[in-house]
Amino acid sequence: MERIVFYILALAIVLFSVLTVTSRNILRAAIYLLFVLMATAGLYFLLNYNFLAAVQLTVYSGGVVVLIVFAVLLTVKIDHKLPPVGNLKAIVSMVLVAMGVGTVVWAVAGFNFTPTAQPATGYDVKAIGTSLLSYGNYGYVLPFEVISVLLLAAMVGAIMIAKRYKND
Amino acid sequence: MYNFSALTQSIHQYLSEAMSPLGAKITEMAIIGLVLIAFVALSVMGLVYIERKVAAFFQLRVGPNRVGKWGLLQTLADFLKLLMKEHIMARNADKFLFNLAPFLIVTAAFLAIGAVPFGLGLQAFDINIGVFYISAVSSIGVLGILIGGWAGNNKYSLIGALRSGAQVISYEISAILSLLTIVVLAGDLQLSAIIESQRDGWWVFKGHIPVLISFVIFLIAGTAETNRGPFDMAEAESELTAGFHTEYSGIKFAMFFLAEYVNLFIIAAVGATVFLGGWMPLHIGHWQAFNHIMDYIPSIVWFFLKTGGIIGIIMWFKWTFPRLRIDQLLVLEWKYLLPINLVNLLVVAFITLMGWHF
Repeated sequence: MERIVFYILALAIVLFSVLTVTSRNILRAAIYLLFVLMATAGLYFLLNYNFLAAVQLTVYSGGVVVLIVFAVLLTVKIDHKLPPVGNLKAIVSMVLVAMGVGTVVWAVAGFNFTPTAQPATGYDVKAIGTSLLSYGNYGYVLPFEVISVLLLAAMVGAIMIAKRYKND
Repeated sequence: MYNFSALTQSIHQYLSEAMSPLGAKITEMAIIGLVLIAFVALSVMGLVYIERKVAAFFQLRVGPNRVGKWGLLQTLADFLKLLMKEHIMARNADKFLFNLAPFLIVTAAFLAIGAVPFGLGLQAFDINIGVFYISAVSSIGVLGILIGGWAGNNKYSLIGALRSGAQVISYEISAILSLLTIVVLAGDLQLSAIIESQRDGWWVFKGHIPVLISFVIFLIAGTAETNRGPFDMAEAESELTAGFHTEYSGIKFAMFFLAEYVNLFIIAAVGATVFLGGWMPLHIGHWQAFNHIMDYIPSIVWFFLKTGGIIGIIMWFKWTFPRLRIDQLLVLEWKYLLPINLVNLLVVAFITLMGWHF
């Protein structure tokens, strides 16, 4: 049962990833990307890691893709099609993709996966929250604060760009 | 109090004896799916009828009264009419996205309704992050509105989609933050645990004024998230004909219509579960006799009474207040609701820390 669901999700991820980069209609590409991200969330649900799955759905499907779609809605007309890719570009991309796939396959094949008989360890949302704000060993308070500052800077920047000046 | 898990357990036992574990699992999933679809179809028909009657009484009219007794069959007749209508496709529309949009909205609504606890032991999917899960899956629904508005190649629907996108993204923050106040108080995200924490009184009574504030904010944000009046800028029929679903006809329009009422039900159900105790009867502290009498009313009746009450309040909003402008709407969210909500969350966290709640 789980295996069947996994293969369906994996197939969806591969299929829609390819469609995302090959589609010439930019909004369709964004929607294929949405399907890829939702199938990834499905994988997390399959692993019983519900928290990460819900984060994936909120941040990527409900946040990033909505922002992309929003930008497309504001800028692109419905009959607009991206120009086809030139030959040189296609060849260079193919070589790069082949190198990337080769690296991943080499790394995965070289890793010695040891199956374990132990049951999956449970997780707790409280534990996630505590370790996110803990400053002890394996605490994440520094990355958390750095990212907050980064987001604040991005927000200030966005407001400065959008702000109207009086002498304009 | 009747526990529905006895019923579901007996069905599970019967199916396990009759077929293999895999077959039993698939059959159970099919049964749950069918029950939910039937429930959604019936409750949406009921809600449409109630809304038309409520609107009529607010406007001193009679409302639907010709088809069946008191017009009760009016929505069924309308539904049959919608089923038989022609599918119209605009010439330069993006066919794939145009057809996809209604399904996205309905899928998001069904994903969310699976986690709603209808009664004691009557919950299809009691996930350990309940509140977070419902807000996560319902955030996909806005994509259906955005895509549907764009793919129809119509300026009115594009404007409706843009307005609705800005609105839903903004008000989602308020809805989640107001739910977080109860998560802080209850100390858990799981819906059954949140209900269990209200055994000695609903949070709206136990949590003092901050919880009342967050309940009001939740009602406002929920109304805005479902694109209902006075925040129905996405369709605003007097300025945008029908907003994002202008180009839709027949069953596809019916799916948008269905999703709107399912979302109304989900918002009301989540509000009832988190703030008003869901299926938990009205219990007051240690009044044993009173609590015992209240337990005689079945859990499912409590759930539908509370949900119906919240739906009634939201309908009351819609037919009382005039529609806002989009800039007023965004100012209300970002300049008033969000700061109030953040301070409120801080106050609730302090109350929880000091143990001042009942």
